[in-house]
Amino acid sequence: MSGFRTLLYKELLRFWRVWFQTILAPIITALLYLLIFSHALAHHVEVYAGIGYVEFLVPGLVMMSLLQNAFANSSSSLIQSKITGNIVFVLLPPISWLEFFLAYLLGSIFRGLTVGAGVWLGTMLFVAPHIEHPLISLVFAGLGGGMLGALGIIAGIWSEKFDQLAAFQNFIIMPLTFLSGVFYSIHSLPAFWFNVSRFNPVFYMIDGFRFGFFGVSDVAPHTSLLVVLTSFVALSALCLVLLKRGYKLRY
Amino acid sequence: MTGTPALEVSHLHKCFGALQALRDVSLRVEQGEFFALLGPNGAGKTTLISVLAGLARADSGEARILGHCVVRDYKAARRQLGVVPQELAYDPFLTVRETLRFQSGYYGLRHNDDWIDEVLQRLGLDDKADTNMRALSGGMKRRVLVAQALVHRPPVIILDEPTAGVDVELRQSLWQFIRQLNASGHTIILTTHYLEEAEALCQRVAMLKQGRIVALDTTASLLSSAGGLRFEVTLDSDRLPEALAGRAVELGEHRYCFSLTSAAELEMILAGLRTAGIGTRDLALNPPDLEEIFVRIMEHA
Repeated sequence: MSGFRTLLYKELLRFWRVWFQTILAPIITALLYLLIFSHALAHHVEVYAGIGYVEFLVPGLVMMSLLQNAFANSSSSLIQSKITGNIVFVLLPPISWLEFFLAYLLGSIFRGLTVGAGVWLGTMLFVAPHIEHPLISLVFAGLGGGMLGALGIIAGIWSEKFDQLAAFQNFIIMPLTFLSGVFYSIHSLPAFWFNVSRFNPVFYMIDGFRFGFFGVSDVAPHTSLLVVLTSFVALSALCLVLLKRGYKLRY
Repeated sequence: MTGTPALEVSHLHKCFGALQALRDVSLRVEQGEFFALLGPNGAGKTTLISVLAGLARADSGEARILGHCVVRDYKAARRQLGVVPQELAYDPFLTVRETLRFQSGYYGLRHNDDWIDEVLQRLGLDDKADTNMRALSGGMKRRVLVAQALVHRPPVIILDEPTAGVDVELRQSLWQFIRQLNASGHTIILTTHYLEEAEALCQRVAMLKQGRIVALDTTASLLSSAGGLRFEVTLDSDRLPEALAGRAVELGEHRYCFSLTSAAELEMILAGLRTAGIGTRDLALNPPDLEEIFVRIMEHA
């Protein structure tokens, strides 16, 4: 398994060397969201009784940043390697498809968790909510990062050009994360959008993560866990099938 | 020759859509050989190498490296194989030494620095070890590609046009190094467009055309089978006498080449020129080289 160890280490080093872009920039973006939305909405919205809007927003923003960066990590690593051609250096050695998958997946989860933790620490400048069930939040953070990391591997393998990856990001990842209850409770939505949201796995990630913070949520946490776990397993399975077949990597 | 062949390919077929890249390619390279894979662009050389390296999958047929099937037993096969790819790829985030350390790690080798140092030194890269890949010239990047293929000391080494766009000095030092590797028992398979390199280095040659092997023989017997001589002459006239016009290929201004089957023909040509009152400025008589044989085979295959 030492091929795996090296590939994982390379994946971590890759984003760590450019931490300014890969960690600091998304943290700043999330804090700007917090600043703007809390300024605009804090006095108008109370989603759960006794929980201020800024507090409500914190877990949503942490999770959104975590998910987006988990996706960005594996997808951009793969597309860059494919376009510069240096993907060949990991295709030539005896690295199995499972090792390949795990290295990119764990790299993504780690980047997501790092950014998520950074956003959370940053929000403490504004508000420091007490966390009811930290372990539950951590489970959702890990699984959510894993699911988006696996989706990032699929997108990175499928895309042949940067604009294809950008399309994946803009038309799939952004709507999924924005229409997931980061900024609101889906119970406040009109019936149609409420029903649409119920088919969005990202909604369950954020809802479950938020349950860990406050002990209250839109749907029962074990329902969320089931949905997130199923989505993660399904996407990982798809990813492994593609890697095993060598889809778009080994012609 | 006995023992497991370094490379064994049987009945390989590979299509890319409508294009048949490999058609029933079968080939056997023994351990310790220095072997050339020749052919025009698009003949299937790189596709064949990709199948051997596991970068492409054949539609049918089988390929083995030292007895290990490249699909079923891919881990063992890839450990035995070092590939220098044709494309000049590199990771812009890494230095030369980091590149080689990572490459070692992908093969499960930690603490490989002694060998890395030796390879760096032999490829003339020792003073570039801590330079970022981005800062290297094309020739230097090519050397790093060679070094990357060697980190795990593979017994079988494939070089896909290693000297494309490389200056004379590097070409010579590279071949010297590859020769040493071959002398110490490594099997070398190379593709090149410089046929004089193949002629000088390789004991055996396979020629591919449109995905098919059209010639497979030792370099020596290909050269002797061609027979005859090549007579190159530079004239002081811009045209040949009519009697000789159909027999020569024009090489350049006032320069012509005749293919001779016997020395008697030479006398006839010189007599023809004398009769027409045409003088010769320069002349040379050579045995046919691999390039000429290559051109002949490609024309007739």
